[in-house]
Formats: sequence, structure tokens, C-alpha cells
Amino acid sequence: MRTHTTRRLLGALAVASALALTATACGSDAGDGDGGSGPKDVKSALEKGGKVTVWAWEPTLKKVAEDFEKKYPNVDVELVNAGTGDKQYTALQNAIAAGSGAPDVAQVEYYALGQFAIAKSVEDLSPYGAGKFGETFTPGPWNAVTQDKAVYALPMDSGPMAFFYNKKVFDKHHIEVPTTWDQYVEAARTLHKADPKIFITNDTGDAGATTSLIWQAGGRPYKTDGTKVTVDFGDAGTEKYTATWQKLLDEKLVAPVSSWSDAWYKGLADGSLATLSIGAWMPANLTSGVAAASGDWRVAPLPQWTKGDKASAENGGSSLAVPKAAKNKELAYAFTEFATTGAGATTRVSEGAFPATRADLESKTFLDAPFPYFGGQKANQVFAESARNVSTDWSYLPYQVYANSVFNDTVGKAYVSSSKLTDGLKTWQDASVKYGKDQGFSVND
Amino acid sequence: MTLLSTSAQAVPPPRRRTRFRGRKEALVGWGFVGPFVAVFGLVFLAPIAYALYLSVFRDRLIGGTSFVGLDNYSEALADPRFWEGLARVGLFLLVQVPVMLGIALLIALAIDSGRLYGTAFFRVSVFLPYAVPAVVASLIWGFIYGTRFGLVGNINDTLGVTLPDPLSPSLVLAAIGNIVTWEFVGYNMLIFYSALKVVPRSLYEAAAIDGAGEWRIVASVKLPAIRSALVIATIFSIIGSFQLFNEPSILQKLAPNAITSDFTPNLYTYSLSFAGQQHNYAATVAIVMGVITAIIAYAVQLRGMRKG
Repeated sequence: MRTHTTRRLLGALAVASALALTATACGSDAGDGDGGSGPKDVKSALEKGGKVTVWAWEPTLKKVAEDFEKKYPNVDVELVNAGTGDKQYTALQNAIAAGSGAPDVAQVEYYALGQFAIAKSVEDLSPYGAGKFGETFTPGPWNAVTQDKAVYALPMDSGPMAFFYNKKVFDKHHIEVPTTWDQYVEAARTLHKADPKIFITNDTGDAGATTSLIWQAGGRPYKTDGTKVTVDFGDAGTEKYTATWQKLLDEKLVAPVSSWSDAWYKGLADGSLATLSIGAWMPANLTSGVAAASGDWRVAPLPQWTKGDKASAENGGSSLAVPKAAKNKELAYAFTEFATTGAGATTRVSEGAFPATRADLESKTFLDAPFPYFGGQKANQVFAESARNVSTDWSYLPYQVYANSVFNDTVGKAYVSSSKLTDGLKTWQDASVKYGKDQGFSVND
Repeated sequence: MTLLSTSAQAVPPPRRRTRFRGRKEALVGWGFVGPFVAVFGLVFLAPIAYALYLSVFRDRLIGGTSFVGLDNYSEALADPRFWEGLARVGLFLLVQVPVMLGIALLIALAIDSGRLYGTAFFRVSVFLPYAVPAVVASLIWGFIYGTRFGLVGNINDTLGVTLPDPLSPSLVLAAIGNIVTWEFVGYNMLIFYSALKVVPRSLYEAAAIDGAGEWRIVASVKLPAIRSALVIATIFSIIGSFQLFNEPSILQKLAPNAITSDFTPNLYTYSLSFAGQQHNYAATVAIVMGVITAIIAYAVQLRGMRKG
């Protein structure tokens, strides 16, 4: 559960990391320098064996580590949970700064990867042969881990967004599943009018969700080129988002309940929170956290900003990266590749992870798997379709972790006072610009 | 805290009575003092020295670490986010501390008056919240404050009223003050009560014989007698207010838009350090805050201890 929560947040950030990768344009040079001429000798490292320390909180890696040790008996994989999300990044950053104690492989959410790439604290994996996986992974995640020709991590899972709705509530109030966000606002009004206890969804200001929806609307507020960063929440896509969302806030159509709180789970279970627009990793959370509503929920594609479109976005997801401070990088890479591609990826999908690999996304077993929770619906088909429709030119800030931490200080005001989302985003932009400048980036110059 | 101890009542340092008594004895002396000095240096001085060291550098994502002298200090002194947080805890201090100490004093006087039944039970009940960890207390109150599934929500549903949301931006500071008061009234009551306990009863009798009523005894005998306890409790409360962290940090999950990441100076330092990786600036803010706290606590002590 925690994994997913963090993942969700990070997911939003993941998109940001894509930007981050852009930021690391110069990283590829460093990689070349390290790599020498040919691909690194991963094979002989595997034969020689050794120990790989992996920092990750993703539960399905356990099975993969066992399989890896079975396949390569000389290798000893030590899986360490050094905390989830931010906690792990703090530990990782400290270990990197201290020059000792860093793991060989670390789980990094997409949105946070940029921060590590720009600081050159993760290894460019292309000299090890990671460059060949461009077609292996789905575009969103692959874009999030690459920057020019450098590959800073391999995607472990992904969170293409989908629209989860409570069919029982919709049927009772005779509401059609919205296909555009305008219809969504209408549905919100109808529902709330019919029963003031029912809200279309909850929202107390969530950086990950906001950036993902702006992404879907075609907004590209962040642009990163090396150490040059642009932050601009004034583009047309962002305006589409704020215009619609401002209506929801003004008319108090979204419940003031924070995601992942007790009230949230209760609301999802009792039908008072009728929909969620969230990453495809959500089903496992619903099954375990909202068991009482089993059979009520269904999955549909996200509502669209322009009628007839098929735009989607990523929300969450993480990758495996090899810190520069790793002791045995060849071996570390071997594990990373094993866990994220081929049989390792398939194993993790069967354990419940949402794949970032095309092969698994397209496999019949995956696509045709019925979800009893969704009344037998083959929900993966919706998710896979969404994954294909993610536009890939999105990027996050190379310091998205910080930016997200001040989201509620700035944009949050629009949720609890009469100030507007647009102004909130402007203040958020200013805070992001200031931090970027403090950190030595050239921002909006 | 360290600053506070240096400001403690002036105890003149014992004069060295002996002159030179030989190198050996000097070494023996160090043997006794050594362990203390080592631990003192390690756990009191070293962290402060390290914070001071950190505060004169700046670590940037692009460009790495560089020496910046006092730049961090000038930035902190001109940082509106820091001053707003300080003003917020200042307001908290001015309102919450008098209320809390007033209630604590009333309870202590009531228990000490000997006119109540079941004082032992009453005393323990009032003190009990202090035994609840601040994190747990904040969680409990967080549930109570909830307008959807909390007690406030239940009252609204049952009585068909709409109580103001305690976790809204305008009320959240008062809501935190309520939690802190609940937590610390018992603790302060105990300080006052134990100070009252050592006042000789004969003084009350003498006052009564002179014709003083209960209130007169309270004003002219009891309060002056426990003056130093009042000052100590006030200083603890000042320091506690300036260090406000646990309660807002826990409630932030429930009211993310009302409690900002710079709500109190401590919370600001925390987010600078853990979300922004600005350890150097965080150290600077912490030092500035420590100095301000020490100055105010010291001023209160000087004022409070002045005779007459």
C-alpha cells in the first residue's frame, strides 16, 4: 500500500524526471568517458559473482532477487528496504555525499530520477548495453529514464492513468461515464445535487495529480536543457486544466479529503467519492484497502480535454538506477536488467506490478486477465491502451521533489480560500524558480 | 538549552583554593573531569560547532559546495518565510501560554486549598495527558477535529449544525493551541503544586490571624512564594512554543493547505533540510532561531527574577 502511495506521488514526479533527464544532457559525455569503447563486460562479472546490495521498497523484487541468485549462483543479492520514497532518497543522498555505504542498485521514482541524474550521482547505463531497450519499454517510462543518449535507470513499472468510477453510484443516479472533462464537471454537479454527500472525487491539492492532468491536457510547464530550466504555468494546456478545475473548486464539487487518509478509504468504500483519475497501479490498492466496494467499481479511459482525443499521462512509477558510488557496477547493471526486462519483468507482473515493458503489456494473459474487483472487467486493456496514448515529451523539474513539497504552500491556497488556481500555480512557479536559482540552475532566463 | 544553562542563576565559580600542587595531582583532577568534558564536548558542543560550520557553506545541485561566509545569515534574516513562522509562534506564545499557565495555576491552587474531595484522582487525571506522546495526542485530536468522520463531523450530523472547521487556515493555530494546552496543563500544574506544597502552612495561619481572606492569601502569600516556579514554567513554555513542531507536523497530513511547510520555524528547518536538501541554510535558520529563543528566555528570566 505504502509502495503505491509513494509511487503515486512519485509517479507524478516520474514525469518530472523525464525533464530531469533532459537536464542531464551533459551526462552522456561522462558516460562515454567511463564506458571506453565497447560495452562493459557484464557477462564475466556475472561469472565471477559477488554481492549486490539493492535499496528498494517494491515488494515484487523479492521474488526476482531469488530467481537471480538461482540463475547465477555466484551472485548474492541483498535486498534492503531503506525507506519509501523521500526517506530512501535522503538516505541515498547522504550515502553518496559520505562516499561510503551507497547501494549498488537503488529504486528511484521517475519524478525524482532527474535530481540524481543532474547531480551525476547515478551511472549512465548505456555503456553497459541499456541503450538497446528503447523498444522494450513503453514510451512514457522510457522517456522518463533517458536523456539524449544517456540511460540513467531502467523502468521498473509504470502508471498510465485511467478513470476509476463507482458504477453502482453512477447507475443509481443515471449518469453516463464522462468522456470529456466538461461532461465530468456536469456529472459532478448532477451527483452532488442528487445527494450532497456524494462528490465526484476528492482533492486537497496533490502535486502529482495536478501535474499529471496538466500533462494530459497538453501543458508542458517544465522544460529542461542541461542546467537551463524553464517553468511556465501559463501555457494553453495548463489553462485548460485550471479552467475546468476552478469550476470544481468554486462550486465545491470535490471533497476536501486527502488521498490515502482514512476518510478517503471510507469514502471510496461507501460511494461518497465516486471516481478517481489515477495510475494503473491503483487496482491492488482498491482490492486491499476498499474491499467492501468489490464489484462496484469499473475502469474507463480518462475523460478528454478535447472531444474525441485519446490523450493520456503517467501518474507514478519507478525505476532501478545504479549509483555512481556502487562498488560492482557491472553486476549491479546485470541485476537491474534482469529485474526490469524479460523473465524478471514477467515475474514481477505476475506478482502484481504494472508493467513498463511492451511485451508484458501486450501479452494475452495480461490483457485478458479478468478483475473480479471490477466485476470481471478486463481492466488491463484499458490500462494498456492508456499506456500507448501517453505523450512522451513531458518532463519534470530536475528538483521536482522540492517543488512538490511546497505545492500545498502555494497552490493549496486555492483549495481553502477564494484565491484562484492560476494564482496558486503562479506562486508555485515563483517558488520553483527561486529554488532553482539558489541551486545554481539558470531558470527562466 | 545550552544558552539557557549559562544564563542560570549566577553561581560564582569556586575559587581555586590550592596553588600549584604538582603535576601528578593536576592529572588526577583531569581524570575525574575528563569523562564529563569528553561527553559534554561530544554531545553539547560538537553539534553546535557542526551547525555553525555548516551554516557558512552552501551546497548547490549545480556547482557543489562553496564557502559563503555569512551569506546564509543575511538571507535568513531577510527571509519572509522564516519571519512569518516566527510571528506565528510568537502569537501562539502570547495567547496559548497565558491560558495554559492560568488554568494550571488555578487547578494547582484548587488542589492545594484542601477543600476538594478526591484530589489525588483529579490530580492524576489532569496530569495524564502529559503521559500521552505528543504524536499520539495530535492524532487523537486530529480525529476529533475531523469534519467528515471525526467528532466535529458527528456533532454536525447529529445536531444538524455546521461547526467551523478547526483545521481551516484561520482556526488551525487555535486548534493546535488547544492540543498543546491539553497536553501541558497537567505538567505545569504539577510544577506549581509541588512549589505550593513546600510553602510553610504556618504562613497561611499567620495571614489568617492577621485577617486575610483566601484570595488575599493567594495574592499575597502563595503567589509570591511560588514565583520562581512560575518563572521556570514560563520559560519552559516559551521554549516549547518556539520549538512547536510535533503537533503541526502531524496535523499537516490532515490539513495540508492550512499548515504550510514553513508554518513554524522548526517545521521550516525540517522541510528545508529534508525536502529541499538545503542543510546549510537549515542549520543557519536553526541557529538564528536558537539565539532568538535564548534571548527571549533570558529576558523573561531577568525580568521574572527581579526583586519587587
